[in-house]
Amino acid sequence: MAGLLKIDNLAKKFGGLTAVSNVSMHLNQNELVALIGPNGAGKTTLFNLLTGVISASSGSIVLDGRNGAVTLNGKKASQIAQMGLARTFQNIRLFKEMTVVENVMVAMTDRFNENFFSSIFRTPAFYKKEQMMKDEALKLLTIFNLEKQAETKAKNLPYGIQRRLEIVRTLATNPQILFLDEPAAGMNPEETADLTRLIIKVQKMFQITILLIEHDMSLVMNVAERIYVLDHGSLLAEGTPAEIQDNDQVIKAYLGEEV
Amino acid sequence: MQIIFQQIINGLSLGSIYALLALGYTMVYGIIKLINFAHGDIYMLGAFWGFYVINEWHFNFIAALLSSMVIGAISGVTIEYFAYRPLRHSPRITALITAIGVSYLLENGMSYSFSSNTRSFPQVIKQHSFDVGGVLISNIQILILVTSCVLMVLLQVIIKKTKMGKAMRAVSVDADAAELVGININHTISFTFALGSALAGAAGVLIGLYYNSIDPLMGMTPGIKAFIAAVLGGIGSVPGAAVGGFLIGVLETFFQAIGLSAYKDAVVYVVLIAILLILPAGIFGKNVKEKV
Amino acid sequence: MRDNFKYNITWLIIMAAGFYMINTLILVGIVNTFIENMLVTIGINIILATGLNLVIGFAGQFSLGHAGFMAVGAYATAIITSSVSGGSGFYLSLIVGIILSVVIALIVGIPTLRLRGDYLAIATMGAAEIIRIVINNMKITGGAAGIFNIPQFASWPTVYIMVCITTIVLTNFIHSRDGRAVIAVREDEIAAESVGVNVFKWKLAAFVFGAATAAIAGSLHASYLQTIAPSEFGIMESISVLIIVVLGGIGSITGTFVAAIALGVIDTILQNFGALRMVIYALALILIMVFKPSGLLGTKELSIKSIFKKIKSRKEVI
Repeated sequence: MAGLLKIDNLAKKFGGLTAVSNVSMHLNQNELVALIGPNGAGKTTLFNLLTGVISASSGSIVLDGRNGAVTLNGKKASQIAQMGLARTFQNIRLFKEMTVVENVMVAMTDRFNENFFSSIFRTPAFYKKEQMMKDEALKLLTIFNLEKQAETKAKNLPYGIQRRLEIVRTLATNPQILFLDEPAAGMNPEETADLTRLIIKVQKMFQITILLIEHDMSLVMNVAERIYVLDHGSLLAEGTPAEIQDNDQVIKAYLGEEV
Repeated sequence: MQIIFQQIINGLSLGSIYALLALGYTMVYGIIKLINFAHGDIYMLGAFWGFYVINEWHFNFIAALLSSMVIGAISGVTIEYFAYRPLRHSPRITALITAIGVSYLLENGMSYSFSSNTRSFPQVIKQHSFDVGGVLISNIQILILVTSCVLMVLLQVIIKKTKMGKAMRAVSVDADAAELVGININHTISFTFALGSALAGAAGVLIGLYYNSIDPLMGMTPGIKAFIAAVLGGIGSVPGAAVGGFLIGVLETFFQAIGLSAYKDAVVYVVLIAILLILPAGIFGKNVKEKV
Repeated sequence: MRDNFKYNITWLIIMAAGFYMINTLILVGIVNTFIENMLVTIGINIILATGLNLVIGFAGQFSLGHAGFMAVGAYATAIITSSVSGGSGFYLSLIVGIILSVVIALIVGIPTLRLRGDYLAIATMGAAEIIRIVINNMKITGGAAGIFNIPQFASWPTVYIMVCITTIVLTNFIHSRDGRAVIAVREDEIAAESVGVNVFKWKLAAFVFGAATAAIAGSLHASYLQTIAPSEFGIMESISVLIIVVLGGIGSITGTFVAAIALGVIDTILQNFGALRMVIYALALILIMVFKPSGLLGTKELSIKSIFKKIKSRKEVI
């Protein structure tokens, strides 16, 4: 099972600035891949392109998953999410005034269709469906030890837990691929270690593909099967963690030229 | 051809009044993101002050105009101090409702204290018209255009060249950062209100001269029109407000002239919506995209 | 399941009790026509403001065009009941009003809901003004003078029942999958899109829903007052609905009820002050906002559920 997501010559220009230029990469089924690169390399822009937040100037993105091959270019972010590409955000974006369980249930909007009239008239079918959604949300929350906070408002959660909730929320969309944008940002080493275990657990348990942006090399080297390195908007290198660690170009990009 | 020129002249003089008002909206919005609903009523206060001093104290035009500007500035600063400043960290919609409250208060307070009758504005300058190639231009129209343009240029100089202008621009970009570099936010906001309200006061006197009649509710409709002008031009942008004001003035007089006066407001709104759909932040506004 | 049934029954009992209470008060003569008038106005304002609260408070879209949709409903009723009298005419007009306002809301909403914040407010206000100006210049609507002698059908019981129905439909909508999607749009559009919520669709749904309730209120208004004119549906009417929403607390349906009732009562009392009335009203508005910026109830809701829970927990303590 190879080639779940194929990205071909993808580019994004903002006016005169080329944020991402001719990036070609692929993700295989059940793979955990990391995307690294110095600040401003275009990593988040690439994520935004892949998840439909912004549209590409050229190139193509093809998802060859459970619904056959689909081109994602020009699709709305919500459609892309419905096809199974879910993401988290660098600066956590939860529905702050909603409770934890509601945050998760929102992510099921597309999968559970409540009939408008059955919800207006509160038919038994409505209550049944609500209960189904809530049960599934609680099941997910339990896996991540968040069931006790189910009725807490998201804004009142500590920072680390908010990050965890964001991952739970993406899982509620039943994704094929998960994009994690700097999940360890702002965490101490202990929390990062927890998160590392969590990411591996998610990948194994839900059998999904993960692409991860991260600056914390301990995390990246521990979890990633393959690594892509992005610099100035284009791909600099691709390889296993060991290969990347020995790549001179990568070292140069991070540390600058030797004097 | 003559008719078109005639309408352009009429439109520009009405538009310059809208532009003067729109500047106040746009400056206040730029700095505290508030639609200052009471702004149109400051213009009404300015007109009433002009009416009073010309009638009672026999002020000439210049003195009436300048003193109206002072009164406008004082009322603007006072309103900001009592009604908006306590709400600076509240949801924006709260401040908006307060602004509506202030507007009601000024309109009804004036009606209650001085009766809601329409008064005729004293003709401090005798009106006479010049015939320029078949186009009639009155001295009042010229006066309005010239005064407005002078005031707008003056405003632009204040905003671009003075220290206070620099502070205003800084606060409107990022109030917290401005405070960190030692700008007194309260003074800057007060100053903005003073400037904007002074222009409204001036517009009040000018409209009194132009239309000859004033009443306590006179600020409502021009206030909304001027706000639309500010939005059209790109709210927060000073040249935008001027352009928007002239545009609306010309549109209105033009549709009035071709016999569609019943629809002239509708046309203004259609143009507004059309422009916003093409340029969601107005003509000169910058469309700020949310960073992901 | 059991609990849900209990909450629903409790609400029904409260509604029936309210109806019975007002009815008795009218029969006994404590509520005279003057007060009945006030009650009807409050009821219509509740329908208007809860609908607007859905758009502003729950979907987070600042609409200032509510009066336009109210006008559509009012004119539908005025025109239709003038030729088809009685209950059938009124209900027909109610439905026509709703359909018309939904269609217009789609026409207005599809292009404008891409705008943000105050730009959306100004665009919707403009759309409402266009509706009003068109009505003002049409023959069938009686032009600027409006329509007189509309046969009265909606008296206080009709209004009361419509308040109950719209509130039930609205709160049930909010507390469902659809409502959660709408609130998610308010909270964070980009995050909502990222979990598969079609932001535009839900914005539009809330906007159309709000427009439909405004049309219902308009129908009741026309049928109760028997005369309408375009000038009643101007910007100031939209603003006065907005005031109720903000005063009650944005995103609180019970808050809207409290504010509509409070303002209705205050307004009735102030009738005695003559010209001073609006001055006092304006001062009150400023003072409430300055001292209670998040509205009377904030985003809190008074719910039977939480009251039941409180009673239960108290019992357990005892």
